[in-house]
Amino acid sequence: MKTIQFILQKEFLQIFRNKAMLPILFVMPIVQLLVLSFAATYELKEASFSLVDYDQSSLSRELSAQFQSTGYFSLDHKTFDTDKALEELQAGNVNMILTIPENFSRNFLEGNPVSIQMLIDAVDGTKAGMIQSYGSSILRDFNQNHAQEIRLVSSRTGPQPGRIELIPINWYNPDLDYITYMVPGILVVLVSMIGLFLSGMNIVREQEIGTIEQLNVTPIKKSHFITGKIVPFWIIGMIDLVIGLALARYGFQIPFLGSLALILVVSGIYLIVIQALGLFISTVTSTQQQAMFIAWFIMVVFILMGGLFTPIESMPLWAQDLTLANPVAWFIKMMRMVLLKGASWQEVQHMVFILIGMGVLFYGVAINRYKKTAG
Amino acid sequence: MNAFKGFIAKEFKQIFRDKRTLLVLFGMPVIMMILFGFAIRNEIQSAEIAVLDLSKDSMTEELIQKIESNPSFNITHYLQAYSEVEPLFQQGDVKAVLIFENNFEKRMIRNSSAKIQMVTDATDPNLARLLQAYTSSIVQDFSKSLNPEISIEKAGLIPEIRMMYNPELRSVNLFVPGLIAVILMLISALMTSISITREKEMGNMEILLVSPLKPYQIIIGKVLPYLVLSLINVFTILLLAIFVFGVPFEGSFILFFAESILFILTALSLGVFISAVANNQQTAMMVSLAGLLLPTVLLSGFIFPISSMPEILQWISHIIPAKWFLIIVRSIMLKGGGISVLWFQTMILVGITLLFMGLSMKRFNVRLQ
Repeated sequence: MKTIQFILQKEFLQIFRNKAMLPILFVMPIVQLLVLSFAATYELKEASFSLVDYDQSSLSRELSAQFQSTGYFSLDHKTFDTDKALEELQAGNVNMILTIPENFSRNFLEGNPVSIQMLIDAVDGTKAGMIQSYGSSILRDFNQNHAQEIRLVSSRTGPQPGRIELIPINWYNPDLDYITYMVPGILVVLVSMIGLFLSGMNIVREQEIGTIEQLNVTPIKKSHFITGKIVPFWIIGMIDLVIGLALARYGFQIPFLGSLALILVVSGIYLIVIQALGLFISTVTSTQQQAMFIAWFIMVVFILMGGLFTPIESMPLWAQDLTLANPVAWFIKMMRMVLLKGASWQEVQHMVFILIGMGVLFYGVAINRYKKTAG
Repeated sequence: MNAFKGFIAKEFKQIFRDKRTLLVLFGMPVIMMILFGFAIRNEIQSAEIAVLDLSKDSMTEELIQKIESNPSFNITHYLQAYSEVEPLFQQGDVKAVLIFENNFEKRMIRNSSAKIQMVTDATDPNLARLLQAYTSSIVQDFSKSLNPEISIEKAGLIPEIRMMYNPELRSVNLFVPGLIAVILMLISALMTSISITREKEMGNMEILLVSPLKPYQIIIGKVLPYLVLSLINVFTILLLAIFVFGVPFEGSFILFFAESILFILTALSLGVFISAVANNQQTAMMVSLAGLLLPTVLLSGFIFPISSMPEILQWISHIIPAKWFLIIVRSIMLKGGGISVLWFQTMILVGITLLFMGLSMKRFNVRLQ
């Protein structure tokens, strides 16, 4: 027990002696939580468009005003030159060209179908999709607003067709607020970074500098050594998590429906698992550069395949199956379930057991590979 | 000059000797391309949903079958009562529940209108929105098929939408440029900063400094191998993108490679700057990770559109080199943009590069004394 105490003391001294590390450990995660949570959103804020209005009637002006009044579209400029508008689209200065055809007003009021052209810059497919759906719904509203006038003029409109109404009800996040959804996930990323990178790097560092040989000739046991490397960053990770949770609760006003104790227990287990992975990486590498590089690679794959940014449901089935082996995906899922839906131990227990299983596996391999001999 | 050549040869040897890193270095872009290309899409694939049919008539049955046959949905539960919804959501796998009101068919015939409630698990707002859109289009098609003769729009505005430059809205087209930026940042900035701080940490820097090599030669020697590696990776990604994923390439290859080299230089100068500031590898790593890589992934428009971000972040995104590089590459690849549209972005990259080169030269010289 004494030995562990001394090792821990040494590790903490080493961490806190490095003045550059302190802000990295405690300030950076906070800054990132703040920045990333606001950055990670798919909501359409503003799309700029060029207006090519060949009709120049009060009705066409009304239509373009309706586009602008939604707050999603802002008029960049008007022109009659389609080529020039296309140039602007290509240069990326506008996201859409809205073309209103000649005789739009007359045809529309006579009850004829009129097509309104929207040329959308679809390089960013997500954004293009949003522009399309917002734009189409504006046209639908416009039709609705003028339905009376058209029906009076047009004799061809038949009886009201039968209609099935789809009423959406959004549970747990009725405003479809993206930040609520992202914050728990980003917390996971920050905790994982501390857990995966730092503990793994620390052991490789001893190897690279050669101090590991000095440790090897001491009576320190394997398990002591590994505990000494794991515990400090576990504590730091948990502190970061608690700060992050506080920020989420009081800064971002994220609802905490589940129990805080459950979150802490699950996070504690997760941190150990991800540290075990770091440990494993450190046993298969010999320089910090290698370790870092492999750790980063694994992290990127885990995060991108973890359902943080793109829903797991949007992956092909084989990829959805792969996420079962991804601890980050499990933890993100648990965080969201407990924080946002108030899931209890009963709902998450099988996931916790999966995590523990992964942890045991990683530790087993890592301890097996770590030899108390040089070279 | 001979010493310089020898130094460069040493650097190349040191990197190419390390087989494990090389494997990751060349394997990573390939794996990431494949993951992005095949696995990360914006279309929903067999999302688990549940159905609560209070009516159980032939019309709801038909509609449920329609939904079932859609590859986006996978009906896993048939519920009997409203109270079963909540526990199902708590388990977390089912993302939406469709509730058909009772006497659905009768209401449809009598009032020509009936209601379906769609309760979504909106913890993921994006998914909830997508599921609603998908369902709504299935339901609309269905109700049109009920009365084909009057369903054709006879009056009003019809949106005529054309998706320019990426008509199928393929996410691969969007991700490839972003992926190039991330990988270049990783190799050029991260690896350089670590490899230079490593010399410092191991004490080799002093040996290098007393050698006849000039400081700028040391930096060039350190940086050159990574420039070569990065270029090879750009080439690999491009080949994969074009031949495996069929990403269009409209613009000029020469311009593309020139801009890539420019961006690599930007990343390298950032890497050198970090190594001038940090004094051990751990610091260098964490700084480049949090200061370069995450912003490159999140603030460059790679995954999330910049225009959706709050004003302050939009301003911050201006100083992220990857943002400009993304605009350039997307324009060249998908729109066939030439230097006449891209000179502004190019100048910004040149400016950032020069700034950080200058800064790190200054810091580096100070350390010499």
